[in-house]
Amino acid sequence: MLQMKTHYPDAHRVEPVNRHTLAVVVDNEPGVLARIAGLFSGRGYNIESLTVTETEHEAHISRITIVTTGTDSIIQQIKSQLERLVPVHRVVDLTLTGETVERELCLVKVVGKGDHRVEAMRLASAFGARTLDATLTSFVYELTGTTDEVERFIKLMTAVGLVEVSRTGVAAMSRGAEGIM
Amino acid sequence: MSETMTGAEMVIRALQDQGVEHVFGYPGGAVLPIYDALFHQERVRHVLVRHEQGAVHAAEGYARASGKPGVVLVTSGPGATNAITGLADAMMDSIPLVCITGQVPTHLIGSDAFQECDTVGITRHCTKHNYLVKSIEDLPRILHEAFYVAQNGRPGPVVVDLPKDIQFKAGSYVRPLSNQHKTYRPTVKGDMDHIRAAVELMANAKRPVFYTGGGVINSGRQAAALLRELVQLTGFPITSTLMGLGAYPASDKQWLGMLGMHGTYEANLAMHECDVMINIGARFDDRITGRLDAFSPFSKRIHVDIDPSSINKTVKVDIPIVGDCAHVLEDMLRLWRQGAKQADKIELQKWWSKIEGWRARNCLAFKNSKETIKPQYAVQRLYELTKDRSPYITTEVGQHQMWAAQYFKFEDPNHWMTSGGHGTMGYGLPAAVGAQLAHPDALVIDIAGEASIQMMLQEMSTALQYNLPVKVFILNNEYMGMVRQWQELLHGGRYSQSYSESLPDFVKLAEAYGAVGIRCDNPDDLDAKIMEMISVNRPVIFDCIVDKTENCFPMIPSGKAHNEMLLNDYLGETGADIGSVIDEKGKMLV
Ligand SMILES: Cc1cc2nc3c(=O)[nH]c(=O)nc-3n(C[C@H](O)[C@H](O)[C@H](O)COP(=O)(O)OP(=O)(O)OC[C@H]3O[C@@H](n4cnc5c(N)ncnc54)[C@H](O)[C@@H]3O)c2cc1C
Ligand SMILES: Cc1ncc(C[n+]2csc(CCOP(=O)(O)OP(=O)(O)O)c2C)c(N)n1
Ligand SMILES: [Mg+2]
Repeated sequence: MLQMKTHYPDAHRVEPVNRHTLAVVVDNEPGVLARIAGLFSGRGYNIESLTVTETEHEAHISRITIVTTGTDSIIQQIKSQLERLVPVHRVVDLTLTGETVERELCLVKVVGKGDHRVEAMRLASAFGARTLDATLTSFVYELTGTTDEVERFIKLMTAVGLVEVSRTGVAAMSRGAEGIM
Repeated sequence: MSETMTGAEMVIRALQDQGVEHVFGYPGGAVLPIYDALFHQERVRHVLVRHEQGAVHAAEGYARASGKPGVVLVTSGPGATNAITGLADAMMDSIPLVCITGQVPTHLIGSDAFQECDTVGITRHCTKHNYLVKSIEDLPRILHEAFYVAQNGRPGPVVVDLPKDIQFKAGSYVRPLSNQHKTYRPTVKGDMDHIRAAVELMANAKRPVFYTGGGVINSGRQAAALLRELVQLTGFPITSTLMGLGAYPASDKQWLGMLGMHGTYEANLAMHECDVMINIGARFDDRITGRLDAFSPFSKRIHVDIDPSSINKTVKVDIPIVGDCAHVLEDMLRLWRQGAKQADKIELQKWWSKIEGWRARNCLAFKNSKETIKPQYAVQRLYELTKDRSPYITTEVGQHQMWAAQYFKFEDPNHWMTSGGHGTMGYGLPAAVGAQLAHPDALVIDIAGEASIQMMLQEMSTALQYNLPVKVFILNNEYMGMVRQWQELLHGGRYSQSYSESLPDFVKLAEAYGAVGIRCDNPDDLDAKIMEMISVNRPVIFDCIVDKTENCFPMIPSGKAHNEMLLNDYLGETGADIGSVIDEKGKMLV
């Protein structure tokens, strides 16, 4: 067996990589997002999506939802490293707390005529997308769903004249009566 | 009771209220109001350095030697950027600092104003936390919070970036009842179930070893005292990282010396063969673990650390205990005593005789010379001739640093200041300045290399200005010795750019600064000259001319496990090509 001959940790460890959704409760102070984004880039962690808005205005608390991928030990490190940041109150790995509901919203613009246009309308209604804007040659649809649904919707729409996409990234919450705050 | 004052006055008042006695700084346009406020009082003493990096290292030395946070004051732009290396150094070595930086007035931020830089942006990754103060109302809270954050949990540097208009603005200052951060509360008390499990594991150990680190020093003198008690009560061997030296007395028989890349044979083999490893405040740095897949293959591991991110970062542990060393050690001791615990005496005896066998290898032995001063010999003599004065030792970075760690024996915490994680050449002299300010009557020595000392040499002038009798003991091998050693090992002896060309005459240089210069190039004169150095109550530069090509052993070469270390007699009498013992992949390291 070929062994990595170095003092540094072996880069080729074979551990399964999983996708995790983290809810991060932070003080909404200047620079907090830069700290978190910088932590991920500085330490080489992945961000699949990140959403943030102030959730408690009086207390100036924001909730950041981060979807990331990594091995179990990397995910544990991400959590510990986030908790080290002074303005971070709590980090909850929703993927580990049990079942969660996850949603994201996307807006897509499709442009086309004839069959393409008809097909776009059919797909939109099949997915339960709302029509936000329409012209004789275009539509803007809104779809809220899981990341998978959104992905599928966008893929199908690509075939019928998709020209633009805007997505929010994932918002998530655990099922049941327990809150994380 | 609130008082009205300007932002600049608040800075000084907050420092006074925090009990700060010394501030290391350098003035400039963006901090002039603060310098003005300093001028009107005497409680906070300003120490004018010669370079802002020096200010930060001096504050680090002060902090490490005194156990109190170090305080730095620098101007915007170049003042702040010059401080970066020091901040990064303090971050890596967990040194509590508060660094106040001036900033351009708030309305100019973002406009590329004169001497503007994005200080909070630049320092985000090399501080534990930082603040840009945008309103005078926030200032008192932020100043006190900065001290709380710097000192609590895993210590580190905190930057407070203060725009000039806010320094001029008047506001009301109240000393907060507590300077706690509103939510930041690190865990200090360890989980009792885990501590119980740890004590149980220790009591059932056959081949235990304590592996302790900088966390014990960070935790304070109480932690070192408790560690001594626990180690002596259990009868287990103990080793420590570079950062943890002094927490346990080096003269004690249970002490195995430092571990790691340049650690002792007995310490590294004990780590390799142990069945229970008790890590107290150390972070499994790569200079310790070597090859991870071969690191301590037979052990169950306990890890006490205040920072959860240090746990399971690179090395998996069996019993994690998040908490402060002193608290956890206290609980461990209590449980050990209550249960009248005792590891199997016969097994422990067997373990010790194995260790004694490794010890008998005498891995720090070196071949002395009558003609040239061996660097190891120089440190040994320095130690023997100064130990009665329990000196404070700082170092630069390189071979001399490792020789200092190996041959100087530390009996107490806070007497050893070195740049471990960042490995910053230039650290030692300013750190000595800081340590000397913390202990004006003590003997403070910077064990230096001729290359490193030139990086922060200007701080000699600071030492002179404040009558700080620091001693700079240069192991002058005319090489960036550590680089030269690696080039010998890894790059076929092609000494690319590692020769210290055009060296200054250090004796004349000392004299030019108004200090005392001493040169020694003969082993016979060494003792007398060291005595001369420590007898003068003035700053001294001691140019100790040592063997140019001595290598630092023991050494765990790249890509090797702990039980494959190179000892100093590896080369035999003639000297062999040690490059050949490291394979291609090993060369990736350094
Ligand atoms: C040229 C060179 C060669 C080197 N060779 C070696 C070598 O051979 N051997 C060696 O040991 N080092 C060596 N080093 C140093 C090495 O790079 C690391 O800096 C060092 O090993 C880290 O020490 P540490 O594990 O004690 O951690 P530190 O950096 O001191 O970290 C302390 C740990 O304790 C925790 N902690 C802090 N406060 C507390 C508290 N109150 N309670 C509990 N936990 C706390 C922190 O979270 C952290 O995890 C070398 C450095 C250089 C520059
Ligand atoms: C600021 C900085 N630059 C470069 C290095 C890389 N480096 C590590 S040791 C060393 C040589 C130090 O030479 P010297 O001070 O003479 O010490 P010696 O090893 O000879 O004892 C160098 C260049 C470093 N650690 N810090
Ligand atoms: Mg040198």
